[in-house]
Amino acid sequence: MAMKNLAGKTVEVNDEGFLANPNDWTEDMAPELAKEEGINTLTEQHLKVIRFMRQDYKEKGQIPTIRRIKNASGVGVQDLYALFPEGPAKKAAKIAGLGKPVGCV
Amino acid sequence: MKKLVILGAGTAGTIMLNKLSAALDKKEWQITIVDQNETHYYQPGFLFIPFGIYTRDDVIKPRRDFFPSGTEVIISPIELILPAENKVKLANGKVLNYDYLIIATGTQIRPEELDGLTGDGWRQNIFDFYTVDGAVALSNFLKYWKGGKMVLNIVEMPIKCPVAPLEFVFLADWWFTEQGIRDKVEIEYVTPLPGAFTKPIASKFLGQFLEKKNINLTTDFSTGKVDSGNNKIVSWDGKEISYDLLVTIPTNMGSDLIARSGMGDDLNYVPTDPKTLQSKNYENVFVIGDAVDLPTSKAGSVAHFEAEILFENFLRKIEGRKLEPKFDGHANCFIESGFGKGILIDFNYDVEPLPGKFPLPGIGPFSLLQETRMNHWGKMTFRSVYWNLLLKGAELPVESQMNMAGKMRMQQ
Repeated sequence: MAMKNLAGKTVEVNDEGFLANPNDWTEDMAPELAKEEGINTLTEQHLKVIRFMRQDYKEKGQIPTIRRIKNASGVGVQDLYALFPEGPAKKAAKIAGLGKPVGCV
Repeated sequence: MKKLVILGAGTAGTIMLNKLSAALDKKEWQITIVDQNETHYYQPGFLFIPFGIYTRDDVIKPRRDFFPSGTEVIISPIELILPAENKVKLANGKVLNYDYLIIATGTQIRPEELDGLTGDGWRQNIFDFYTVDGAVALSNFLKYWKGGKMVLNIVEMPIKCPVAPLEFVFLADWWFTEQGIRDKVEIEYVTPLPGAFTKPIASKFLGQFLEKKNINLTTDFSTGKVDSGNNKIVSWDGKEISYDLLVTIPTNMGSDLIARSGMGDDLNYVPTDPKTLQSKNYENVFVIGDAVDLPTSKAGSVAHFEAEILFENFLRKIEGRKLEPKFDGHANCFIESGFGKGILIDFNYDVEPLPGKFPLPGIGPFSLLQETRMNHWGKMTFRSVYWNLLLKGAELPVESQMNMAGKMRMQQ
C-alpha cells in the first residue's frame, strides 16, 4: 500500500489510488481525487452524489451501485454518466473515498 | 407440529425439500413448498435450444415428479412475506404460518428495465434465451436467418450464469459454420465488464478464445437504451452499436415478492450471511440459490453447494446449535465452447478460476480452463444427473467446499 498526501493529510491508498480506509476521507479531499479522474470542477450535483454515497455506505456498509444511487438519491443514470463520465460507480466511489466497488461474479 | 415453509420449487428449493424431508421426523414436522407454476425447467438446457440441440420438451418436467411424499404442495402466487409475524400470505388470501422459512425465489430477467428493449423489435430481431419462450423464438429465427451482424449484449451485471453468454457466442460460431454461413455472420460480444469474464485469469483465457473464433469483443459498454427503429444499442455515454440480430441478456432481478415484503436490496436480492446462508435480518429465515445477494455466481452448481451447507445448518439451528460458517462461494461451471468441446472452471469467494485438473472420483480428472472433449461430455451428461440425482438431493461426488487439489497458482 502506498501513502499519499491529500488536502494536507497523509492517507493510505491502494495501487489504483482508492483510499484504503474510508474513515480517512474528508470532503476537502474530494476536489483533488476528482482531478485524478479528469473532473476539474466539482459541482453541487457532484457533491450531492458523493454525499449520498458516503451516507449510504455508512448506513448499509456497502458501496452503492448505480441502480442504488438512482433509486435512492434521485440522480438519474444519464446524469450520473454526464457527471462521472465512463464509470460513474467506480469514479464516484473513488472521489468519495470509498473502496473500489466489488466486481461482479 | 413444527412448520417449515419453502418458497420456490426451482433447483435450490427442490433440493432443500428433498434433503430436509428425508431428515426431519414426519411426526414432528410439516413441510410446505409453494411455487407459482407446475413446471420445472432445466435451465442449463435453454442455451442449446436456439441451435436445435434441445427442444422445449427436453428441458421441462412436472415439478411434482420431484416432491417427496408427505409434502404439502401449494401452486399459487405469493402475495407477501411477513417475517416479523412468521407468516406468508398467498395470492388467494390464505395465510401460512411458519417456524422456519427458506426463501428460494430465484432471479428473473427484466427486459422492461431497459428503454426500448421490448419495443417493436422484441422477438422480431431481438431475443433472449434465458426463458424457454425466448430460446424457442430464437431457434425459429435462426433456422431461416441468412446472416448479418449478430450482437450479444449483456445489459448489466449481475446476471444468472455469467458464462452462458460466452457459451452462446461459442456455440453460434460453431452453428453458423455448420450451416455454411459463418463467412456471412459478424459476431460481436458487448459487455459492461472490462473483459470477457468477471475474473482476471479466466477473463484473459476466454478473451483469447473469442479472438480465436473471430468474435469481436467490446468491453465497458453500459447499455442505456435500444433504438429498435434503427437497430442500434446505445450506451449511457452515447456510444452506438448497430445490429441485425440482437441477442440480449436483460437486467436480472429477484422476485417482486421480495420487494413487496421489504426484504430485498435494489435488485430484490435478500441480504444473506455469506457463510451460513441465514437471513441477515431474521434468524428463522434462510435464503438459498439465485435469491441471495452474495458475491458468487447465480448458478445451479452454487445452489447445490449451498444446499449441502444449508442442510447442515438447518439441522443445527433446530437443535439449538451454533451455525457453521462453511459456505465459501464455491461455483463449478462447464462452459460449452463449440465443435464438441468444453471448458471447466471451479472457483469460490477468494480463489478465482485457475487452470489445472479437477479430480472426480470414479470418472477421472476434468481439465480446468482448457478446452477438451471430456468437458463437453461432462456438460451434456449433466442433464441426466440433474433430473435423476441432483434435484432429489442425492450425494454427488463433488465437495461443497472448493478444493485446491489439481489447481495451478499462476504468476500475475
